[in-house]
Order: sequence, then structure tokens, then C-alpha cells
Amino acid sequence: MTALEPSTTPGSSAPGGLVKSVVELDRVVIRLAGDSGDGMQLTGNRFTSETASFGNDLSTLPNFPAEIRAPTGTLPGVSSFQLHFADHDIMTPGDAPDVLVAMNPAALKANLADLPGGGLVIVDSDEFTPRNLAKVGYATNPLEDGSLEAWQVVSVGLTSMTLEALKDSGLGKKEAERSKNMFTLGLLSWMYHRPTEGTVRFLERQFRRKPEIAAANIAAFRAGYNYGDTTEAFAVSYEVKPAPMAPGRYRNISGNQALALGLVAAGQRSGLPVFLGAYPITPASDILHELSRHKAFGVRTFQAEDEIAGIGAALGASFGGALGVTTTSGPGVSLKSEALGLAVMTELPLVVVDVQRGGPSTGLPTKTEQSDLLQAMFGRNGEAPLPVIAPRSPGDCFDAALEAARIALKYRTPVMLLSDGYLANGAEPWPVPVADELPDLHVEFATEPNGAAADGTPEFLPYLRDPETLARPWAVPGTSGMQHRIGGLEKADKSGNISYDPANHDLMTRLRQAKVDGIAADIPATDVDDPTGSARVAVIGWGSTYGPIGAACRQIRNSGREVAQIHLRHVNPMPADLGEVLGRYDRVVCPEMNMGQLALLLRAKYLVDVQSHTQVRGLPFRAAELAAVVQDVIDSVDPTTQTPTATTPNSGGTQ
Amino acid sequence: MTTTPHAHDLGMPGTPIDARIQQAIADSVDSQGEKQTALKAKDMKTDQEVRWCPGCGDYVILNAVQSFLPSLGIAREDMVIVSGIGCSSRFPYYMNTYGMHSIHGRAPAIATGLAASRPDLSVWVVTGDGDALSIGGNHLIHALRRNVNMTILLFNNRIYGLTKGQYSPTSEVGKVTKSTPMGSLDHPFNPVSLAIGADATFVGRAMDSDRKGLTEVLRQAAEHQGTALVEIYQNCNIFNDGAFDLLKDPATGTQWTIPLVHGEPLVFGPDGASCVVRGDFGGLRIAETNQVDASEIVVHDATREDPSYAFALSRLSSQDLRYTPMGVFRSVRKPAYDRMMLDQLEEARTQGAGDLDALLAGNDTWTVSA
Repeated sequence: MTALEPSTTPGSSAPGGLVKSVVELDRVVIRLAGDSGDGMQLTGNRFTSETASFGNDLSTLPNFPAEIRAPTGTLPGVSSFQLHFADHDIMTPGDAPDVLVAMNPAALKANLADLPGGGLVIVDSDEFTPRNLAKVGYATNPLEDGSLEAWQVVSVGLTSMTLEALKDSGLGKKEAERSKNMFTLGLLSWMYHRPTEGTVRFLERQFRRKPEIAAANIAAFRAGYNYGDTTEAFAVSYEVKPAPMAPGRYRNISGNQALALGLVAAGQRSGLPVFLGAYPITPASDILHELSRHKAFGVRTFQAEDEIAGIGAALGASFGGALGVTTTSGPGVSLKSEALGLAVMTELPLVVVDVQRGGPSTGLPTKTEQSDLLQAMFGRNGEAPLPVIAPRSPGDCFDAALEAARIALKYRTPVMLLSDGYLANGAEPWPVPVADELPDLHVEFATEPNGAAADGTPEFLPYLRDPETLARPWAVPGTSGMQHRIGGLEKADKSGNISYDPANHDLMTRLRQAKVDGIAADIPATDVDDPTGSARVAVIGWGSTYGPIGAACRQIRNSGREVAQIHLRHVNPMPADLGEVLGRYDRVVCPEMNMGQLALLLRAKYLVDVQSHTQVRGLPFRAAELAAVVQDVIDSVDPTTQTPTATTPNSGGTQ
Repeated sequence: MTTTPHAHDLGMPGTPIDARIQQAIADSVDSQGEKQTALKAKDMKTDQEVRWCPGCGDYVILNAVQSFLPSLGIAREDMVIVSGIGCSSRFPYYMNTYGMHSIHGRAPAIATGLAASRPDLSVWVVTGDGDALSIGGNHLIHALRRNVNMTILLFNNRIYGLTKGQYSPTSEVGKVTKSTPMGSLDHPFNPVSLAIGADATFVGRAMDSDRKGLTEVLRQAAEHQGTALVEIYQNCNIFNDGAFDLLKDPATGTQWTIPLVHGEPLVFGPDGASCVVRGDFGGLRIAETNQVDASEIVVHDATREDPSYAFALSRLSSQDLRYTPMGVFRSVRKPAYDRMMLDQLEEARTQGAGDLDALLAGNDTWTVSA
């Protein structure tokens, strides 16, 4: 994770004869921080779009408070956006920023500790007033008291220069001031040679009904750019070349966006109408927003009175032949667990999206965590198994949504799709798929009787299963001669009538389990990334930790050690060969943003002595920290005394 | 897409539905033959043994519904009955239609998803006082305000039957039950008042044993576009026997029942001795017919847009059932949710059906060449 040696090249000559140099970097991590009302998320997203269209690889980490507008200028009100971009393939938003833009004293105070010494700090000096300093407990002005000596500080009057640039715009002071984020974006765009046309187009589109606001923002944006070009405060600008990527068409996409598009695509590829029943909840609401815009695809969205009605309506729609979907976060899953049981019992297709956040209870609504895995697995009364799928990156949310729909439709089962806050709001470049090349999700409805009554008359048996998938037939209301009743009471095998027979309940419980377990035969074998094939330590993860674990593994390999990375998309059932794969390694490390939930499952299922490494800070792992943990494990496996054959694979867990 | 209006609106048969579902229905007709709409009560029965307690009011309601539904001219395949949990919620098992016996209180939510995504179907909800008003109260009021096209039959026996006799949200204050040995402290809901308060577009009430009256309310409810709520007083002969005897007993029933007939003056009681007149503050009150001028007697109008009148009507009865209006309180026209949802889909498609490739690409793409 080291930057290339800067190679200074002669730069452009700015007006006034100022000669500026250009430094080439291989990667940069920028963090923009300001007040919740300062528009940092928008600024970050625009900078990301510029960076994406320039062709860098990138990864983002938005981090904002749950309060919409915490008191201005206070620490709880600080909102930030971190962007990592590079001339090569990267996997995380970066452990620590190289550059911090602080729009006020609160933003500086809340973020400075993350910035390594020598890092660049750009501050809006206009905001460092005695009142704002006092609000966050600065006794003296850090811009003047020498406390920032360890960093390179550039103090810029971002607010006053924005006002100056807009003095003829006709806007009042307060309104003009709001464009300071665009001034800042302009400055950064100059510093990092970002293309600016996209932002101008975006502002024109965004404010098409308020042309004077569009004009002011564009003017501020250009003023910021020109300021960078002409000022002596910034003598250097930076170039990060485009990253080599596989040929093709790309776009920038966030996890929630990708997930929503995956659901639309699932509807198109199955030929079924999508019905979303949802109740607003952070950080899942954007999926509801996105799907609501796609009615032209026959997508129906229903904002329900509560979480329970959201899943209930989705299940009702599934009964009617739709691809029923409900989206939520952990607290919502708690409320949905009763209806999930009904979905398990009625064996109807249903996709349940849980965009996990910090818990328990209301927890940390805007922060990320992976702590709903066991809830997804077991959070229902009775034996109520269901498949669990987890995306690994923002773009992968698209494929994971399609896979969740595929399994739900083919096996007639609710499927839990576990995204999280980091994936939901994070973004990355995404190769745009071709619709016709997406998986075919077509399933057949039952349209004629599949059995016969004692007297020989044909009859429909709603629980007569497909021998291969164990899925039951899906006959939708309106279908002639196929009337049947389903519900939450235990069903008799085949006929689906109410049954309290002990042997039948035992059979049905085992059939429901076997149906879910059997999906293991329909998913890929474990994907092991072990370049040399001789690693003795494997790191296993699931969900959004893919990036940090992958980056940690690269660091380890760069240090001359060997390590294998295994990342699960299918958490239930797991790939059929997983137990055997884990058994090949002397040590298995499992980093998770919870208290060790996957580790618990792996230990229980495979009797492998998994070493759990956990963190619940509401933020993704830092790659360097993970690398250190794994390196310690690798170094503890002494190659002179131990060989894979000398140690039985399960030695730890079975003793 | 155009729609075919249906004479009476039980679902909207003929409304456009998605192609795959349409195809499945067409395939089934090819192999099973046309759906039959000339049905008799026996065609509505299933082979499942009815398992309510002998003497339960639910039997009477089941028979009335089985006799009534064929008159609508709708195929069994196009009807769906969704229920929650409780004695009444076993109803779907005994009806030869599509059905779902779901979970406690959630039937209106499940039926909402079904009706909203399949406006062609005739969707019915069967629920009870505990199911609809206690655990499912939220779903009920929201279904009513949304006006999704479905008919909700609320069997009110004023007791929890399936859990063996605890007081319910419609039990009278002071009710002595297993969970209230010293009498219940809860004030009961009046389901009709609640529904009108939630802006329900159709609200009616009927008695289980009154086949004629029940059938008439059911017919009007079925013909209604949007959510119709029918409260059916139902005797639980095990845990709350005789709860409605005041109204059922020929000796007292006439005196305490106010029959609601649209366009007719609200005169009731033996020899029409009692009537309903306007009271203070927009309310209604009971008067002696021979003490008031005929012009003062309220003429029932179920179609009044303002719900205040129907609400005032619902407040005439006391919790001991004296002065209970029976019939249709309110029946007003408002666009149904499922219809409007379909309209939005059609409007969105005026520019053509969605293009998935265009959607996936979005507004900003860049190309990396080989």
C-alpha cells in the first residue's frame, strides 16, 4: 500500500507566470468531512463519478450520522465521505486518508486522528471562528497554535471565496454559501486532474427547475478549479493514471442501486412481475426508492404500514404469481420473522433483503455490521431453514440479487440476502452486463392436476414435490381446476391438508430441511484463492469483508508469505466441498464484523478449529490490521515442525 | 392495455395481468376446460371435515356464504380467501376456492399484496374480533384507508374462542373471563366506528342467524369497489353463548335493532314506535316516533361522502347492544388502490416497456478498450 515514488514532471504555466508541477501517484485516499448540511455526500459522489469516468479503479466509504441535521458545527453532526482511487485494481476504500478536507473545526477534530503524519489537510479557514472552535472544545485555534505541525495544512477561505465568486449571482449570502461544497469540488478536481464536464451536466440536470441555482453551483465549481490553477497555495497537482481494466463498458454503482437493478433484472429474466412490499428503514430505503422508479418494468412497489405488512404483502403477491420481495434492515427482520416462518411453511418464493446495520435494537442505523447472520439462519420459531446469500462488493449486489431470486423461484422458498451498510452506500466501477446474457430464471407454473383421488378423479396435490429439487408446484389463483388452500398449520405430505400426525410432521420437517440442504448441489464449489497452492493458512469470510480481506491477503503475499482466501457467497447451504477444503489448511482465520457468527457455524458444521477475529466498530476492517492478524497466525505455523499431513485437519475442534 | 368493466366489482375480472400468469391460466383452461361460473352452494364445499364446535355461529355464516357466492357469477378459480388465526380463520379450508390460512392479524396485509398485484381476482378476508382488532388492528385500519379491492368479513363473537375464553377487544367492560376473574377493564372497540374512523368506503353489519340480512349486506359489499368491511355478529356457544340474544330474541330484537335501509326513514321497534333524529353537535339520538315531526326523522343515506353521519349512526348502540343498527352504514365511491396502482404502471409504460439494457447502463458510462 505504498505510493510510487513521486515523479515530478514539468507542469503547466498558469496565468501570471506561476509554474506548477505535476506529481504522479499510484493511489490516493481522500476524505471529505463537513457538517451534515454541507453536502459532503453529494460532493463525494460527484468526485467519485468524475474519478470513475476518468478510468481509475475506486472504492468509497460514506460515513454519516443518523440525525438528518444534528446541531450545526458539532461533532455529532460531522458527515464524511472517503474515496480511494488508483491506477491499479483496489479492494477497499483505504485504511487511512492521505488527504483530509475539513469544512469546519468539528470535521477537523473528528477526523484528524485518522490522518497519518505528513498528510495533507485542507481546511475552510472561514469556519474557524471563536464560536465554532468553542463548540467542539478547541481552546485555541489549531490553525494558529502549532498543534497541526505534524501535517501539511493548507488553510483556504473556501466560504469567502465562494461568496466572492457568486457576488453577482443575485443569490442571498446564505444561499450562495451553500455552493462552497462545489467550490471545494472544483479545487479538488483541479488538484487531481478530474474531468469536469460530468459535474457541470449533473448540476444542470439536478437543478433544471432552478436555473439560477444551477448557474451559481457551476460558477462556484469553476471558481474552485480556477483558484487551484492560479493560487500559490497549491504548487503541485497530482495525476493518478487510469487503472487497467478488462475491456468493456463501465459505470459507477452503489450497492443499493445494484441490488435494486438485480431485482428488476430478476423480474425480466423470470418473466414474472416484481412486487416489493417494504417499510422505510435505514440503510435499505434506497432500494425502495430505486424500485419505485421502474414501473415501466411492471415493478409494483408498496410502502406498507409496517415491516410485517411489507413482507405479508410480498408473500401475498408471491401466492398470486409475482416475484415477492421485501427489503429491510435488522430491526425489520425481527418483525418479519413470523411471516418468514409462514413463507417457509407455505413454500412460496420470496426474496428478503436485509441491509445489515449496527445492532442490537436500533443500534447504529447508519453504520455497517454483519451481525444478522445467525438471525437470518435461525431467527424463527420451529425448524425453519432458509437459504442465505451474501454479496461481497457493491457491484456484486446485482449478481447476488439475481442468485437470491433464482433460488427462491426454483426451490419455492424464502431466501435471505444479507447486504450491509457499507455495501449499500459504497460504490465502485461496475462492468455493465448485457441483459440477454444474464441467467435465465424461468420457472413453470402448475397448470394441471398432478395426482388422482381414490376414485380416480384427477386432483391437484400442492405438496407433491419435484423429486430433484423437492420444490412444490406453484399453482396461482385463476388457474382452472387447481384450487387449493395453504397456510401456517403443518401440511400433510403431498395433499397439503392440515395434519397433526406425528410421523408426517417429522417427515415434513426433514423434507423442508432437505430441500434447503439440497441447494448445495446447485451452487459452485468453494472458490479458493490460493495462488501458489501451498498456503497453510486460509482466511475465510462472507459478505462485505471481501475487500479488506482480499487487500490484507495481497499485503501478506507481497511480504513473501502464502495465504489462501475463501469467500462465501452461499452462507446457507455452504458449498458441498467446504469442509474438505477447510481441512486442507493448518489454520483457518475468520474475520467478521460481529462476534464470530460464521466462525460458530463453521466450527459446528465442520469441526474445524476456526480462529475468529472480530470487530464491531460500525466501520469496515482496515486491511493492514487484518494483514497483521493473519501474518501472526502464519508465523505461528512453524514450517520446520509441521506439515499438512502431520496435523489432522480437525485436530483443534475435535479435542 | 384496456380494462373490461365488470357488472359488479369483485375483483376486476378481465383486468390486464402479467403475461406469464395469463399464459398459465390459458394453459389450465386448455387442459381443464373453461372455468365454470354457473355454480351451486355444493360446488363451494371442499372435502375437508368442518371442525367448529357443534352449534357454533360459524356454521351458519359458512352456509350463507357458500349459498351466496355462486350468485356472483364468478368462477371458484378467481376467488381467494385469506384468513388470519382464530376459529373463524379456518374458513378457507372449507371453501373450494384458492385460500391461505395465514398468521395472526396479518390477513389484510397479505390480501393487500395479492389484490394489488392481481386486480383480476376476487379477494376475501375472513377474520375475527381478536385477529382483526387486537393483533391485526394496524393492518385493518391501513387496508381500510387504502381502499384495496377486497371484502373483509369480521366475525365478532366478543371473545377469544380458540385460546379458550379470554376477553377480546370487543368484550364489554366488566366481562368475567379466565384472564379477567374480577372483570375486564378494557373499553371495547366498536368495529363499525373504528372502520368509519379509518375512512372505510364500505361498512356493514349483519347477524349470523339472519340469512336474508347477511346475504344482502354481503351482496352490497361484494359489489363495492375498494375495501368493504362487514361485521358479522357471531355466537360462540362455548365461551360466550347468547352474546347477541338481545338482538336475536323475537321478544327484544325488534325493540333494539335499527334496520338500515338506504333511502328509508330510520323508524324501528314494535309498531315503529322508535326513530332516529338529529341530536346536538352533529350527533344522532333516539326518539319516540309519535313525539316528533315526520320531517325530523333521519332518512338513511349510506352514500354520504362525509363519514360523520355514518359514524354518528354507529355510536347509537351501547356496549350492551341496545339500539344496534344493522345493515349498510356507509357505501361511497373512491378509486381502488389496485386500480390506481395499475394505472401508474400503464402510465409509466406509455413511453414503452422498460429497456433492461438501458436501465443497467444508466446515464454515465465509460468504455475501456482492449
